[in-house]
Amino acid sequence: MSFGPDQLTSYLIIGAILFSLGLFTVLTRRNAISVLMGVELILNSANINYVAFSHFGSGNSDGQIYAIFVIMLAAAEAAVGLAIVLAIFQLFHTIDVEAAETLRE
Amino acid sequence: MNVSTAVFYLIAAVAIGSALMVAFSRNIIYSAFSLLGTFMGVAGIYVFLGADFVAAVQVLIYVGGILVLILFAVMLTHRITDVEITNRAAGRIPALIIIAVLVYMLIESVTETPWVKAKEVVYAATAWKIGDLFLDTYLLPFELASLVLLAAMIGAVVISRKEIKE
Repeated sequence: MSFGPDQLTSYLIIGAILFSLGLFTVLTRRNAISVLMGVELILNSANINYVAFSHFGSGNSDGQIYAIFVIMLAAAEAAVGLAIVLAIFQLFHTIDVEAAETLRE
Repeated sequence: MNVSTAVFYLIAAVAIGSALMVAFSRNIIYSAFSLLGTFMGVAGIYVFLGADFVAAVQVLIYVGGILVLILFAVMLTHRITDVEITNRAAGRIPALIIIAVLVYMLIESVTETPWVKAKEVVYAATAWKIGDLFLDTYLLPFELASLVLLAAMIGAVVISRKEIKE
């Protein structure tokens, strides 16, 4: 197995590891801000795959355009998500995701 | 092993090690600051992929914007003095099993697939190409992106402000 800066598979493996760590963070954390951090890790891993395929594949810049759109959506998502977290904190005085279950009752 | 290969390994190790800290740290402040290493490492990987503009955007928006936002949210929602249980985690063992199976399957499928490679890999400045594409092929998504950002900004302000009682 070849690994190095000139191999497509090395970038895909880094993306896979980052995706798995982000999914682990989303699955296990009970703190809403940590869950958002895991989402950011997952978006970053997807971006690595986009840019790697754009570089080694077709040679045009479409993958980089998609990566920039993903970064833009991540910024919007972080702003709205953290605003929701702050609103939950004002309401419940905790940001444990298991505490905010008023809608279930 | 030449210098650029060593730098590549270093950047990959920084990105993955910081992501490990984000996933496993007991203190949310450490997790938030480790995110800095991951974002900078990913920016370095973009430089290795010849995507200079995306690397600059990554540093500007992720490190300069999202990370500061996350740190502000951490500081606003926690009493910094009691740091022991700020980052509770539950169900780690089943999650670890799922993640181990997933990472094995992903790496196996990535290494087994015969990827078709471009004939020659070019390193050229990408900013002008990206600008052309934004104002030509991707004009409608570009305009929609500005609308989405405006809506997100107004939504964040409306959600997070305090209710004023009459």
